[in-house]
Amino acid sequence: MSDQRCRAGDWVEVESVLLEPADRSKNLPEDTAAQPLRMWIKGYAESAVDMGAEVCVQTVTGRTVTGTLSDINPGYFHTFGRPIPELVHVGPDLRERLAAYRAAQHGEVLDEPGGEDAGTEGGAS
Amino acid sequence: MSTRFDEIMSRRGEIMRRALGMDYQQFEQSPIAFDYEAMMADHGYSLADIRAIQRTAGVGDTPLLELRNMTDLVRSISEPGKGARIFVKDEAANLAGAFKDRRASVSIHVAKEKGYEGVIAATSGNYGAAVSSQAARYGLTCIICQETFDSRHIGQPEIIEKSRICEAYGAEVIQMTVGPELFFHMLELLDQTGYFAASLYSSFGVSGIETLGLEIAEEMRERTGAPPTVCVITHAGGGNTTGTARGLKRAGAGETQIVSASVDLSGLHMASDHDFNRKSFTTGHTGFGVPFATWPDRADVPRNAARSLRYIDRYLTVTQGETFYVTEALVKLEGLERGPAGNTAMTAAVSLARDLPREATVVVQETEYTGAGKHHWAQLNFAKEMGVGVCSGDPKNNVPGKVIVIPERPEQICAKDFDVDRMRRSYVRNALKNAGADYVPTAADIEFLAADTNSSAEKVEAMLVELREAS
Repeated sequence: MSDQRCRAGDWVEVESVLLEPADRSKNLPEDTAAQPLRMWIKGYAESAVDMGAEVCVQTVTGRTVTGTLSDINPGYFHTFGRPIPELVHVGPDLRERLAAYRAAQHGEVLDEPGGEDAGTEGGAS
Repeated sequence: MSTRFDEIMSRRGEIMRRALGMDYQQFEQSPIAFDYEAMMADHGYSLADIRAIQRTAGVGDTPLLELRNMTDLVRSISEPGKGARIFVKDEAANLAGAFKDRRASVSIHVAKEKGYEGVIAATSGNYGAAVSSQAARYGLTCIICQETFDSRHIGQPEIIEKSRICEAYGAEVIQMTVGPELFFHMLELLDQTGYFAASLYSSFGVSGIETLGLEIAEEMRERTGAPPTVCVITHAGGGNTTGTARGLKRAGAGETQIVSASVDLSGLHMASDHDFNRKSFTTGHTGFGVPFATWPDRADVPRNAARSLRYIDRYLTVTQGETFYVTEALVKLEGLERGPAGNTAMTAAVSLARDLPREATVVVQETEYTGAGKHHWAQLNFAKEMGVGVCSGDPKNNVPGKVIVIPERPEQICAKDFDVDRMRRSYVRNALKNAGADYVPTAADIEFLAADTNSSAEKVEAMLVELREAS
């Protein structure tokens, strides 16, 4: 992406407008209706152009698409990000609850002949 | 003046007929009714055939895991005698990481059989990955149209990850800004290329999900001696509910209660440029769940094979915060790190298992893959960047698009019942509207509407009277 000009044959991304606002579906909320419908697609550049200039690309399915050059050798940079403080307590808290519940169940099983199920039936009736 | 959009949309029927290799006209019976079962059977594959297709495709036979720790957690907050056993079908183990592989495997098999050179699907979800993966296996070219960005070119990390995985499988991905015209461009491309339309809503795709219901019934019989008491299904366009329920019924598990679950995104407009990046879930939410249940034929095929109201016994909604909490719980208690959207049904299951007896069994019928972007951390970090508040507290205070409230305690997870009768009325209203103002439903139409809403002729007649009085 540091190069601001692609060479013919480079793997690039191009941008184009599919529908201008006036040509869009009539059933759109106002904020969307005010915007053009845009698209981005990747392919091999057919010629050398500067960023923002029009260029034809050949896509992986062999189609030829024209658009303005928006990226060269485009990559993916999505991540996991930082831990979420609001979730940090969940694991330790639930493990503690589970351990406490099982310890209590174990106690009941030891106390009551017939075990857990007998105790449960008694509680439910 | 006719625009390019109008021109393509007016040829929609003709384009889709060629792209599906199927004439839907033969199933039509009236302006309201059509022969649903004949449409579903038209491909001629038995359930055993579909299972064989999927085994070749590397799809299905996923592990059914009993979640003993989640069950005990639920029991620890339930009244004595309550707290059903929870199981999950680990659909992330499919080739491309989700139950959508079942849909794609049948569609792509059909495309290959019928001699198409390539396939096209319009999807921002796991279905794109599934179609791309199956197309790669069958040697077909593949184009995926995705709604990816808002008008500022900012994309949901979850959808960006879907772009990446589709391209990794060799698909051509068209990333678009917000708007339902995604389908317009798909039609343009189908017209231009002559490829097969791998629609999410064709009978091929929905039949592919029936094996999921079949496997659940078989495995639960083997493990517990009976089919599940309840099957909880993450619900968006309705295919998951329809296919799973049909598979359970075909396996003789008609008594299993079908519970659909969606994340509540009420108040957010699905076609709004502003709202697009203020939702943390891109599927499994009410924004798809309700409109598709109440009018399935809004889909890209003439008649939608996903008709969830035929099968839904109960529809539950959960909040985004509750689902993120349960996603984290599943990682820490069960060693099962999976994508949040696929855990929507799991969240509903945690809530409803509390009210069921211990002897009852609950099967959550899917998980989905996780990874960079498609992960609860990534989605919450993105929400914060988009100005959505994230805090700990009572999920009752959750407001879609404004604040995501992560529960402080498991007791706070409480799924809400969505009124299914209201959805049935809404469906009947839409069917009447679609048939035209002057059309008077016949007795056969009323029978069809009763079947299509899992209701009775008497109830449908009462709805018709009510709607006539209201108009």
